[in-house]
Amino acid sequence: MGYKTIIEDDIDVLIAGAGLGGTGAAFEARYWGKDKKIVIAEKANIDRSGAVAQGLYAINCYMGTRWGENNPEDHVRYARMDLMGMVREDLAFDMARHVDSAVHQFEEWGLPLMKDPKSGKYMREGRWQIMIHGESYKPIVAEAAKKSADKVFNRICVTHLLMDDAKENRIAGAVGFNVRTGNYHVFKSKTVICGAGGASNIFKPRSVGEGAGRVWYAPWSSGSAYGLMIEAGAKMTQMENRIVLARFKDGYGPVGAYFLHLKTYTQNGLGEEYESKWFPKLTEMVGKEYLDTEGQHLSHKPIPTCLRNHAFISEVNAGRGPIHMVTMEAFQDPHLEEIGWHNFLGMTVGQAVLWAATDVDPKYENPELTTSEPYVMGSHATGCGAWCSGPEDVSPDDYYWGYNRMTTVDGLFGAGDAVGGTPHAFSSGSFTEGRLAAKAACKYIDDGKAEGIRVSEQQIADLKKKIYKPLETYKVYSNEIVGGSVNPNFINPRQGLDRLQKLMDEYCGGFGVNYMTNEKLLQIGLKKMKTLEEDMEKIAASDIHELLRAWELNHRVRTSESVFQHTLFRKETRWPGYYYRGDAMKLDDQNWHVLTVSHRDRKTGEYTMEKAPLYHLVGDE
Amino acid sequence: MPTFVYMTRCDGCGQCVDICPSDIMHIDKTLRRAYNIEPNMCWECYSCVKACPHQAIDVRGYADFAPLGHSVRVLRDEEKGTIAWRIKFRNGKKDMDLLAPITTKPWGTAIPKLAEESAPSNDMRDGELLFNEPKYVRMDEGGLHTLESNGLKLKEGVYY
Repeated sequence: MGYKTIIEDDIDVLIAGAGLGGTGAAFEARYWGKDKKIVIAEKANIDRSGAVAQGLYAINCYMGTRWGENNPEDHVRYARMDLMGMVREDLAFDMARHVDSAVHQFEEWGLPLMKDPKSGKYMREGRWQIMIHGESYKPIVAEAAKKSADKVFNRICVTHLLMDDAKENRIAGAVGFNVRTGNYHVFKSKTVICGAGGASNIFKPRSVGEGAGRVWYAPWSSGSAYGLMIEAGAKMTQMENRIVLARFKDGYGPVGAYFLHLKTYTQNGLGEEYESKWFPKLTEMVGKEYLDTEGQHLSHKPIPTCLRNHAFISEVNAGRGPIHMVTMEAFQDPHLEEIGWHNFLGMTVGQAVLWAATDVDPKYENPELTTSEPYVMGSHATGCGAWCSGPEDVSPDDYYWGYNRMTTVDGLFGAGDAVGGTPHAFSSGSFTEGRLAAKAACKYIDDGKAEGIRVSEQQIADLKKKIYKPLETYKVYSNEIVGGSVNPNFINPRQGLDRLQKLMDEYCGGFGVNYMTNEKLLQIGLKKMKTLEEDMEKIAASDIHELLRAWELNHRVRTSESVFQHTLFRKETRWPGYYYRGDAMKLDDQNWHVLTVSHRDRKTGEYTMEKAPLYHLVGDE
Repeated sequence: MPTFVYMTRCDGCGQCVDICPSDIMHIDKTLRRAYNIEPNMCWECYSCVKACPHQAIDVRGYADFAPLGHSVRVLRDEEKGTIAWRIKFRNGKKDMDLLAPITTKPWGTAIPKLAEESAPSNDMRDGELLFNEPKYVRMDEGGLHTLESNGLKLKEGVYY
């Protein structure tokens, strides 16, 4: 095949994926690495890529320490409670103590943050959220990244990380192809910061046909963060902790501003409050420590996201759906009405399109809500991702191996969705993690840890062959049949994706089975995953665009396998409302108050699972 | 679905192709105009709609749940620093104009070039501070939070 090989050599810091995490990394890397070569490889166009491509109407992680609003440890406790205890609190504390400095810089760069006219403080939506006019959030942070980077390669789908041939378990760069020209790109680099995204579209979505793109997380979030890092042999953590979102039906428009700022609330189909009646039974499942309805009421602690989902799902199953968001009261106030619409236009335009199409005016009608299909990611109310080192001054020995946000592969760092155990980072926290990773990566190089890296011609040639194989497969077999998409020798990426989504849904706890699974189902699912993986060798692409989809699917499959392994390992129901282990329906702190950590052997593909201890922030006294 | 392109307005300039995060806006080789090649991978994110210099791209809601006859149009202006929306309901009863700022500064001027900042000291390199810190954390003279400063420790075990 006539694609050129283009080698970019002598890179110090390669950023693979430039969403909020990657742009933070690129920006900060220049400060610590004045003379270092900083290069970005981005699958789309950095101005509109990643989960924030469309914009945001809120920054969901801001402490407000300058006004004495919160301390970092307050946020850690909040994240701990929301995630039923399962948080890397060293990483969470570290993110929270730095995050405000990112937000203050955003304001300086021109991001319109709303302010309370009386106090002059940022307008709070909730305790952690501030409201912004964030349509151009991504182009603004992209500008910062572009000013720092030596080169930005747009439209490069990074498919694999390069490994050092001189030293075991050390990173040496990345490879991929240009989705326009088809050319093969090799990035030889001393360090890689993986800023790639989490995974939408691995569980069967509720939408069908044309609407399959209306997923909650961006359809281009292809689990590449996990696909790339698992393939490189990095350990992963909390991959079972998928998230299910309660959102406006079909459009998946956000509900945060509605709940917190507009003070709308939910009710069942009969117009009744329904949540609290599920709590006594739920307390039996998870224990009083996690849901103490009376105590929680007194302490004003929010109910964990998954448990609120549980009440939603249970109420619908009891036949009292649909669940409505009561907007008719708030929307009588024209100012609040405007905010309600702006909120969608700023981050989920599709919801505004849907209400316009179905004549739903929330002023006169309470819109329906739904629970979404599950998603695997690490920056919202969930913490899937790589097992990373924390900062020196915070982390206990079990969580520390020299460089902040470095994975278990030397020289491979993570930010945003890529880092595990750090929920509730959101956009600002992901950007902050990128900055932390960039500083650490520069130090890693300055400490001489990246000396003597060697990448063999063989490795480069082998990966090239692998990358273009789907085009070759298509060429060889497509003429064997008269036409159409049914071929006995290959499947196309869409067919593969359909198969993945169906088996994830049915065996790993998707919406189609009410988020329920058990050991038997997971074992069958893993068996089916194995044959899917065999068929992935026979995936075919008719053109470069389809080749992009083929490699996105590869990353989704790698992610899904890990989700299966982790879900099988954790024999308890830790997050009712996210998923249920039918064979272990209770939360089990005796055996499972731990983080799950997996390792996939690069050569054999075998998984080993282990439990890692949980450390919690406690007062000194 | 998503996005579609009006035949008479598109001149095939490729701005939408350049910006689409999902790589689904492509140029039709015969007609030399853009179109959405993969509607079920469209997020209705409006990146292409905003980027089109001729307002040739529009969105028709996903066919599996959105009835025909609605419209959500947008004009984004970097020079003015604003974005203007118009939402029209299917039944014609609602027709809203909404305006929001997209930036508070002339585009791209307020972002520092870190290559030109003075280099950090070795102390800073070995410590926990990032660029502009500690100043930008609290906007006062206070330092960075640590376990020590906040009276905390990390303890193994089951705590809530």
